[in-house]
Amino acid sequence: MKYMMFVVVDPDAAAEAEPSEDDLTIAQWLADVDGQGKRITGDALRPVSDATTVRVSRGQVIVTDGPFTESKEWIAGFDILECDNLDEAIAIAARHPQANGGKLELRPFWTDED
Amino acid sequence: MHSATAEAITSAVAAERTGMVASLIRLTGDWDLAEDCVQDAVERALVHWPHDGMPRSPEAWLTTVARNRALDLLRRRQTERAKLQQRAIMDATASGAALETDPQSDDRLRLIFTCCHPALALEGRVALTLKTVAGLSTAEIARAFLVSEPTMSQRLLRTKRKISNAAIPYRVPPDELLAERTSGVLVVLYLIFNEGYGQHEDHLAVEALQLARLLVDLMPGEDEARGLLALVTFQMSRRSTRFDAHGDLVPMEEQDRSGWDAALMEEGHRHLRRAARSGRPPGPYRLQAQIAACHATAATAEATAWGTIVALFDALLAAQPSPVIALNRAIAVGFRDGYEAGLAELDALDATALAGYYLLPSARADFLRRLGRNDEAHHAYLAALHLAPAGQPEQRLLQRRLTDL
Repeated sequence: MKYMMFVVVDPDAAAEAEPSEDDLTIAQWLADVDGQGKRITGDALRPVSDATTVRVSRGQVIVTDGPFTESKEWIAGFDILECDNLDEAIAIAARHPQANGGKLELRPFWTDED
Repeated sequence: MHSATAEAITSAVAAERTGMVASLIRLTGDWDLAEDCVQDAVERALVHWPHDGMPRSPEAWLTTVARNRALDLLRRRQTERAKLQQRAIMDATASGAALETDPQSDDRLRLIFTCCHPALALEGRVALTLKTVAGLSTAEIARAFLVSEPTMSQRLLRTKRKISNAAIPYRVPPDELLAERTSGVLVVLYLIFNEGYGQHEDHLAVEALQLARLLVDLMPGEDEARGLLALVTFQMSRRSTRFDAHGDLVPMEEQDRSGWDAALMEEGHRHLRRAARSGRPPGPYRLQAQIAACHATAATAEATAWGTIVALFDALLAAQPSPVIALNRAIAVGFRDGYEAGLAELDALDATALAGYYLLPSARADFLRRLGRNDEAHHAYLAALHLAPAGQPEQRLLQRRLTDL
């Protein structure tokens, strides 16, 4: 099962985060997940100040500066995981450096097996 | 074949249903198919057995009928997935691997852990557990939660879809997850119990009792599961005395203790003794069960061991800090040390954390009434009445106290 893992920055959670000695650095996390062969790809994204939102209305392309949603939380990166099941994806997400002080959202890909 | 009474048939069917649904889900991954086919087998049993007699192995009979029904339905689907599902059922039938003794491979335990997976919404976990593990109909669950049947049906559908779409595994969690996932199961069972226990019609509390018994059978070494079961049995032992003829709440000290169910209380004591033998310190459910046991063993309300109860609340607060537990501890102190001391304890509580909770003014009103400070009690009862759930038995009890002042 493929999962899109959104890496979310949450200023409120960041303020309350308590660093722990068990926290991995992003390099350690990548080495761990890539070593297990569970990560297809992923990357960090530039901040929402560099985002552009695009939509079409009555044939007109409307381009606006900024993200598609006004929210204190924003997506700072993503990883595409290939896991046997949700528990495995949860374990990988829980070790991500952003899990402590931010959050991760796991979204399964559409599959066409039915 | 031997003669079959309606009662024998019902209990044979009930004993096998959950395991059959659970094993068909494992084989096919299709929750609706599993439930429908088992339901079909059950209905056929109810038609045939009264005439033909009960088969020597009801389980084998029901399993064969349910699996054949599943194979029929899957053949009509003609998809690749359906072919794999048919193969899984035929392989299982050929190997005869229906009866396994290792609890880790008991399909019912897989089913329980999957229904209670933390990635599912809590209301979905509760509904699905009642539907597939307890075998309630969608209409029954809808009634219990005061929602329409289509709403409950949607909730169940969404929950089952997420299990399949997000690939929630159908398994007993591995060791590193077992403790947290087991406490997640206990949360769901306790929630079902509380949903039912507050009501005069306590069907859900009865279901929770059965579910807790099943979990203890499947996980005999889990002290906290035994703790929850003990807690539920002690509380259920008082069910026939909790409401009067008008459906009004009777406070514990006014209940007729000779009406408490001795067999249920003994069941509770037995599980507490068994859990104590593990030598592990008691967790929150065992502690609450021990408090309930103190009430069960007191011959009269006056003979209640309030000192022990306060000590148990102290341990419970240390294990699970909560303003509501602190409130209950303060009440216990009032009965141990006197009502003035109880009022002082109530005053020392975190009023902000308990704001809007009727039990704080109601406890204060109760102590004031016992001290004969009727004017103050009157005001406290009014405050409690204002906050109590409207139209519920608790509110009627407060109203009665106010009138009696």
